[in-house]
Amino acid sequence: MSMNSGHRQLLLLFSLVLLHVFMVVPGFFAPYDYSEQNRELPFSPPTRLHFIDSAGRFHLMPFIHPFRASEDGSAPYVEDQARAYPLHLLKDGAPYRVLGLWTARLHLFGVEQPGRIFLFGTDDFGRDELSRMLFGGRISLLAGILGAAMAIFAGAVLGVLSGFYGGWLDGLIMRTAELFLALPWLYLLFAVRAILPLHIKTTQTLLLLITVVGLVGWARPGRLVRGIVLSAKERNFALAAKAMGASNFHVLRWHILPGTYGVLLTTAALLVPQFILAEVTLSFLGLGVGEPVPSWGSLLAELQNYSVLTSYWWMYLPACSLIVLFLTYHWASTTLQDKVAEVRS
Amino acid sequence: MVRVARRILHGLLLLLGVSTLSFVLVSAAPGNFFDELKLNPQISASTVASLKMAYGIDKPWPVRYERWLRSALRGEFGYSLSYRCPVGTLLWPRAQNTLLLTSLATLLAWMIAVPWGILEALNRGKWLDRIGGGVTAIFLAIPELVLGLLFLLLAARTGWFPTGGMFSSHGAEAALLGKLPDLGIHLVLPVVALVFGAAPLLIRYVRSAVAAVLDAPFIEAARGHGLSTTRIVYRHALPAAANSLISLLGFSIGALLSTSLIIEVVLDWPGLGPLVLESLLARDTYVVMAVVMLSSVFLVTGNLLADLLLYASDPRIRTV
Repeated sequence: MSMNSGHRQLLLLFSLVLLHVFMVVPGFFAPYDYSEQNRELPFSPPTRLHFIDSAGRFHLMPFIHPFRASEDGSAPYVEDQARAYPLHLLKDGAPYRVLGLWTARLHLFGVEQPGRIFLFGTDDFGRDELSRMLFGGRISLLAGILGAAMAIFAGAVLGVLSGFYGGWLDGLIMRTAELFLALPWLYLLFAVRAILPLHIKTTQTLLLLITVVGLVGWARPGRLVRGIVLSAKERNFALAAKAMGASNFHVLRWHILPGTYGVLLTTAALLVPQFILAEVTLSFLGLGVGEPVPSWGSLLAELQNYSVLTSYWWMYLPACSLIVLFLTYHWASTTLQDKVAEVRS
Repeated sequence: MVRVARRILHGLLLLLGVSTLSFVLVSAAPGNFFDELKLNPQISASTVASLKMAYGIDKPWPVRYERWLRSALRGEFGYSLSYRCPVGTLLWPRAQNTLLLTSLATLLAWMIAVPWGILEALNRGKWLDRIGGGVTAIFLAIPELVLGLLFLLLAARTGWFPTGGMFSSHGAEAALLGKLPDLGIHLVLPVVALVFGAAPLLIRYVRSAVAAVLDAPFIEAARGHGLSTTRIVYRHALPAAANSLISLLGFSIGALLSTSLIIEVVLDWPGLGPLVLESLLARDTYVVMAVVMLSSVFLVTGNLLADLLLYASDPRIRTV
């Protein structure tokens, strides 16, 4: 199980790309639309894939038996052995938008109507949990990435201004950063969330949420960048450029900023999970994305219902995707950190 | 002493700044407590206007801020419109509950993290360190929200622990001493959830702080003199690593306050978390403000304590 660091980095890159492909085109991987309801199948357990039929023959492509309500009441649902639907790869189904630009109908997998495949079960409206999880990931991950990008951008601009120009500007920016850091981040998030109206439309919610969570997080990257700029501007290469008549902008752009990229990238890898968590927390508490649009936070919010919490284990699956994503991002940040340290020494 | 006084003054100024910041933020919110009344056709617009005037929310924000500061100095922190009482009386019992929870969790998390971190640092690169590192990495990736839900499931499924609250309904009348076991069993789940949330990061930091010291030449020298590992760790390495660990203490308090908010809501602990959520939804501005302020007071005090502790423990700082 020994892997050299090159292989490990390839694996990391592959996992990151895969996770983000899910985000860009959730509609392709999801068999159904996130809002498609099956009122006769609320809280259906995950559909089982079968490889061997009743006659004992083996099928390379698995097939499913649809669930139907049981008559004897021993379990809410039983498999209808009389009917079987083979799984199809690359099957046409419900239309979805790709990047908001064009419409596609092709799905990675699906079964013939009226068969239904719910690999992760269904929720109280009989909506496919897998589809909701994938579409929810799009919103949560987008919130995390855009939030981190905003924080990094604001932090970089303010940090550079503060470190490069110094004086009263430095004092002002750093005191403000202290204010932001004197509030525990979740409480700060709550205070900022209080600005936004309570009930807003989903797309607006998302955009506002992202802007807001980004603004909240500038202080930490800002401080980091300031420290790097402070030390870099006294280094000989920066002084030499200055002595040769380079403008402030030139020195900043070509001699000082490149030194901050590694640290900024590492910070970004740490911030994305944190901002995803911000989105998840707000939506979980009913302050973020709401019905019918799913996000990982609003999917987890269903667990606040006692019977869902204790009876339907598949409703926990969005939490697993959250953990996998966090593991990958943490891994990325430690790898980047090692890289930065390697380059420095 | 000058340094201590300066630090305290700095902390107070910081809190004043935070109060202005949060006041401006919360005042900028569209809508107010009486918006719901406006929708009611039986209540005339003039009634709403006079209500607003009576509670002073028709004034511009600097005037309201000045009023709020005065009431904060009296320990009232404004007036809660939904609870119909000064915010202060609402706040103190909740703050005590949150403090009880977080201080217990901080204590436990450090009691676990320090020995574990040292153990990992001593066994760097060996299987113990690897397994420990893997376990902490996994726990770092589990959001506290999910931990809270899992513990709630545990309580609901097994019935070993109460599923929320601070006291059982039948225990409320008992005498103080009789209440303690009841309180204890209610504390278990939230505290354990907080410890699981906080300890992995602490373990990482302790490990790297101690590991950095163990590489230092003076530790080599101590080893060369044939000192035992225990003596090297406790007499030589730990005091040298204490500096970064104490700075971490202040930071860990802030992180724990945020985590506590979520755990309190999920496990229904009557602390500041549920209060701030309810008041946010009810547009009860002053309660939100006060809770945000109070969390900042805790954090600033925590940092101050860590700073003073650092001052006491590290002679290198005192010379400055």
